[in-house]
Amino acid sequence: MSSQAAAPSEPPSSPSTGPVVRFETVGLRYGREAEVLKDVGFTLAPGSFHFLTGASGAGKSSLLKLVYLALKPTRGRVELFGRDVETLPRAELPLLRRRIGVVFQEFRLLDHLSAFDNAALPLRVAGQKPAAYRDDVAELLTWVGLGKRMHAMPPTLSGGEKQRLAIARAVVGRPELLLADEPTGNVDHEMGLRILRLLVELNRLGTTVLVASHDQDLVRGSGMPVLHLDKGRLTRREGAQA
Amino acid sequence: MSAPAPPGGARWKPAPLLPRDDARETALLFVVAVLCFLACLAAITALASDRAAQGWSREIRGEATVQVRPALNETGSAAAARAAEVLAGVPGVTEAAALEREKAEELLRPWLGDAVLDDLPVPHLVAVTLDPERPATSQDLRVALRRAGVDGLVDDHGRWLKDVERSAALVRVGALFLFALMAAAAGAVIAFATRAGMAARRDVVEVLHLTGARDDFIAAVFQGRFARLAAEAGLYGALAAAAAAAILKLAGSGGGFGPALPMTWSDLAVVSPCPLVAATVAAVAARLTTLRLLRGSP
Repeated sequence: MSSQAAAPSEPPSSPSTGPVVRFETVGLRYGREAEVLKDVGFTLAPGSFHFLTGASGAGKSSLLKLVYLALKPTRGRVELFGRDVETLPRAELPLLRRRIGVVFQEFRLLDHLSAFDNAALPLRVAGQKPAAYRDDVAELLTWVGLGKRMHAMPPTLSGGEKQRLAIARAVVGRPELLLADEPTGNVDHEMGLRILRLLVELNRLGTTVLVASHDQDLVRGSGMPVLHLDKGRLTRREGAQA
Repeated sequence: MSAPAPPGGARWKPAPLLPRDDARETALLFVVAVLCFLACLAAITALASDRAAQGWSREIRGEATVQVRPALNETGSAAAARAAEVLAGVPGVTEAAALEREKAEELLRPWLGDAVLDDLPVPHLVAVTLDPERPATSQDLRVALRRAGVDGLVDDHGRWLKDVERSAALVRVGALFLFALMAAAAGAVIAFATRAGMAARRDVVEVLHLTGARDDFIAAVFQGRFARLAAEAGLYGALAAAAAAAILKLAGSGGGFGPALPMTWSDLAVVSPCPLVAATVAAVAARLTTLRLLRGSP
């Protein structure tokens, strides 16, 4: 596999030495409603793995949206790879987004594209030629267990297959930061464990990982540190194997 | 790990990023094709008008009329004959002929009727045909007449020429205005369709954005889609306009839209750039609309 696509065999390059993500007294509100995030502050060191937990509506997805630049904070400071997103020129946002892989809760696969084309999307968007990424994407899909389903369209995939396809798309560009929003929410426990192992393996290869999950068993079982949101406020707990 | 077969073949290309929406695109194709059809008809009409105006101008420039006033002891016919002889010798004149009284009466009959013509002093006219390459000026004709002692009033039809040229310019400006109007309407339709397309395909736009697509990349996706559609519509519109003009030419005994608007087969070639022009207008409209809408997103 070339250095262009995600590889299970080699870590991604991570040139930054400071935190990958830094939040300082971040607040977020939608319109005139009450704040969904209040004075949130945390940092994610390069190569770290964190879970983001909290009850439904606690603000997990909103926090992730701030990290993957779908939203801007209403107050406070968000830094990604050492850059303040508030002062970042619009033209530079795509370059920052390419350093982030996102597994969306609702997958956000494009139904009119095959599994292969969905997985290859970040490379295509980055301007790579199909001939340059064909083999890498096929290999990656095999790695996530979709080698025989790469020509299938998303509506014909099972929940677990969609989840793994979403992960493949998120990591194909070898991101330095991987965000996953409830990646085990739509699959059974066994598939959830497989997906977690996949994420852990990516982390072992050097990718910083933040996983939003309400699956307490999974979180406790992983022994990873936890960022916990409660009514918009964040607390940090060190992981402990259950 | 055993590598599975990726999408095969050297010609393999990834699927388009925008799915086809047949119902909406068929309606859009029809509207743009109609606009292209009208624009092409305007262009063909402008060409025919221009040719007609040039023909009239050429005819007017190639003729002059001299009204001869006979001397006291001279008949009108003799004066006209003498003037014709003098004028025929002027460089830049190919022919000068005195108009018979019968012919002059023929010219007047439609306005004055038969009854009064016998009693009227019908003007003695000399019809002068000028060399189309190097025509004699009215001043040349006046000088020649004066030298020969002929009292005559030279009319080079300049008044009519100005009218014809003014009309031709008006037709050209009108056709250009119509063309610009059609292009603007096509651009507006495409801009509207782009907005609708972006709203309908918000999922695609968002995923492209979040996977690191630049605004330019997303704009190019919509630009390419609508440019292809407009090129196809432009082709249909151009072919329909050419066919309509051909039918009118054949129905008009091969003369064009009638004697007033002569058209040649080569005029139909004016529709050929239509697909390219339509695609360009659509691409610009779609690009500007997409970039404007994207600027409002995070």
